[in-house]
Amino acid sequence: MLSIDTLIATSRFGLGPTPADIARASFDSKKWLHNQINVDQNLPKIFASQPNSAALLKETYSIRALKERDTKKDSRQKMRRRFNQALRTRLTHQVQTDQPFAERLVMFWSNHFTVSRTRGLIGPAIPAYENEAIRPFIFGRFEDMLLNVVQHPCMLIYLDNISSIGPNSKQGARRGKDLNENLAREILELHTMGAQGGYSQNDVTNFAKILTGWTVERQRKNPKRQITLPGQFYFNTRIHEPGSQELLGKTFNQSGKQQGIQALKEIARHPSTANFIATKLVKHFVDDDPPKKDIERISSIFMKTNGDLAAVSRALINLESTWKMNGSKVKSPEEMIISTLRALHHDTPVTLPKRQLLFQALKSMGQEVFHAPSPAGWPDEAKAWIAPESLSHRIEWVREFSRHSSPEIRPLDIFENTIAPIASNETRKLIRGAPSREDGLALIFSSPAFQRR
Amino acid sequence: MLNRRHFVRLSAAGLMASAIAPPVFADVPTEKRFILINLKGAMDGLHALAPYGDSDYHKLRPTLGLGAPGTDRTLLDIDGSFGLHPALKPLQSLFNANELVFVPAVSTQYRQRSHFEAQNMLEGGGASPYQQKTGWLNRAIVEMGGSQDRIGLTLGPTIPLIMRGEADIRTWSDSRLPEADEGFLNQLNALYQEDPIFHKAFAQAQADKTNPSMMENMRLGNGRLELSTRAALAILKEKNGPRIAVIEAGGWDTHYAQERRLSNLFGELASSIALIKKELGSKWKDTAVMVVSEFGRTAAENGSKGTDHGTGGLAIIAGGSVNGGKIRGVWPGLSKIALLEERDLAPANHLESLFKSALVQHLGISERQVAETIFPDINSIKMMENLFHA
Repeated sequence: MLSIDTLIATSRFGLGPTPADIARASFDSKKWLHNQINVDQNLPKIFASQPNSAALLKETYSIRALKERDTKKDSRQKMRRRFNQALRTRLTHQVQTDQPFAERLVMFWSNHFTVSRTRGLIGPAIPAYENEAIRPFIFGRFEDMLLNVVQHPCMLIYLDNISSIGPNSKQGARRGKDLNENLAREILELHTMGAQGGYSQNDVTNFAKILTGWTVERQRKNPKRQITLPGQFYFNTRIHEPGSQELLGKTFNQSGKQQGIQALKEIARHPSTANFIATKLVKHFVDDDPPKKDIERISSIFMKTNGDLAAVSRALINLESTWKMNGSKVKSPEEMIISTLRALHHDTPVTLPKRQLLFQALKSMGQEVFHAPSPAGWPDEAKAWIAPESLSHRIEWVREFSRHSSPEIRPLDIFENTIAPIASNETRKLIRGAPSREDGLALIFSSPAFQRR
Repeated sequence: MLNRRHFVRLSAAGLMASAIAPPVFADVPTEKRFILINLKGAMDGLHALAPYGDSDYHKLRPTLGLGAPGTDRTLLDIDGSFGLHPALKPLQSLFNANELVFVPAVSTQYRQRSHFEAQNMLEGGGASPYQQKTGWLNRAIVEMGGSQDRIGLTLGPTIPLIMRGEADIRTWSDSRLPEADEGFLNQLNALYQEDPIFHKAFAQAQADKTNPSMMENMRLGNGRLELSTRAALAILKEKNGPRIAVIEAGGWDTHYAQERRLSNLFGELASSIALIKKELGSKWKDTAVMVVSEFGRTAAENGSKGTDHGTGGLAIIAGGSVNGGKIRGVWPGLSKIALLEERDLAPANHLESLFKSALVQHLGISERQVAETIFPDINSIKMMENLFHA
């Protein structure tokens, strides 16, 4: 039987209970979570056959270079089909994983370091970005994740660092080119210290100078000039702003790429970063209005361990307040779809519904996958997700989805394995009295008990 | 398939009995229309309305700068020193018909360069980021006595901060899934009784009538802004329907390839404003459209044929109720000494003063209410006089 503790472990920390989760977690829910904290995150087998981001970017570059319109269109279509397939693979993994706490953290950090299809060039490579720059580090050190994200071609393109050129660099001086400070600003504001973190416009400008040269190799017309494979990160000395730079009251006099690495490490260890990351994590796992003492607790662990995300994750599990259902967190549309599919998931392989019921539906609920409207990523609070129209779209989705579900699924079994410990007598009565199997299922999935976590 | 309107008729009794106020059929508190278009990402005002008469303009923008009227890549002349980007042509005729005002070098009180903090201040109407938890347009609706009338409208599935607060508002977005059936919705009504947030959002969703002809129009528009504008117009035409709409449009953060991207976006913005005039017909004389953005961009172009985050931007106010044909406010100039921190167009004019003018002069809210309740944190900023016809 599903207990409240197991429901919290599987729903708040996991991605919604599957019958198998319940069996594994019910003896000791905390231990089940702690056991998912493994520093070595191997790429799950399901992703093994997927091309890496460099290959995908290379392909996108060469499609862009195509002259013939029909070939171009065909290649783009092929690319889009592959992208859709990658989304389905990702969703399949989210539904069938037995490490759902790890997977939730992948989603959390991937959203924290958002790159978005609003920048068309990187679109096809974003699923690979998540697996390359985020996944391996969810229980590693924060600064390693940061360093890998900032060296990833997707981020360098998304936040325009590929066109930031030191004004006194070789190329900058000759061609009168200049900085583009987008990446430097968003790292400080959104990824590390937070807008209130205590840096100045000078810090932003100098950090942008430090990061000049961090760029992505393109397909060169002359193969002899090809520095590394197209679509890969490389450091370009010819556009790097020479000289030492002041940042956050310290001097960075290293040369070349080392200057950026040292600066990023410094920023990753800043107390404002610890506080900013702790606030986001507590908001995600505890309450839309994160309690101060929890933030302080997580922040101090982050500082003490030098950003060890395994220690931080353990501390989150051990926060007392995460083990109370306070009813503040609402699932994002993506989380809602994943947890619904998990509730019905008994055997592998997972069969996913048609596209209209997945990615198109997510779009109408306001969360098109990998298409966040800005580098701030998706919001993480109930009031951003539950508005009249978005709730209607959730209900329409649940209704339609339940209609397409297998006739062998019995609503009362699903009820016991999802919301039973927290459902009111009224809800229980309504579901028992539902006029049809589909109605019963749809009532469970659209109930506030299921929509919240 | 039943639509929502059908459901409302069948189950009105059920909703009446609930704690949520039933749809109100009394007259709404105003016949004026106010549409705020929020260009998110920071629109480059200097690219929309270029000060070609300022000798520093072409020095700062050697590749991005547009030519004076009469040359290649031509600006459309506005007053002999400012010129309009050619993609904004429809705005030139509104200006010439005295139905449009430009306010350059405009900004909120915010002096940092974070989009998200700046948007928070623009929408919340506070003196610092995150000071206000509700939106100033929502507070204005409360002051107008429209809390129950749902005279505010936002487009998109969720509600932006500027419209969040005590007053109930309408939302609209497109969906391709069939609407849920009446029987199921009636059960949900019971299920949601226990959860105030879900219950309220649900009751409001059921009260919204979906206008079928509108759904067909949806296929016609091209970009997101035009789509949202068409949807807003269909709803703003309803009798006793919404009067105040917020339309958001993204894509304005032009760190690279600005000319190409802004040409498209400007075209869409201008045609959306022209569409508002055409569709509202006789109501245009009581209409004001205000186009704003969280801040402007650097005076100089950057290394990627774009611009970075700046301060002074541009506001555009159009409509039959606008005292137009003018460029209003102070022009600080582009000389090095005039720029803020030697990089941004100085914020010589206040966005909040335009907001206050709209509330007082256009929507008829008293200055006292505006000062005490709607913008309690920024009393030092006065409204711009005579921005709208009395």
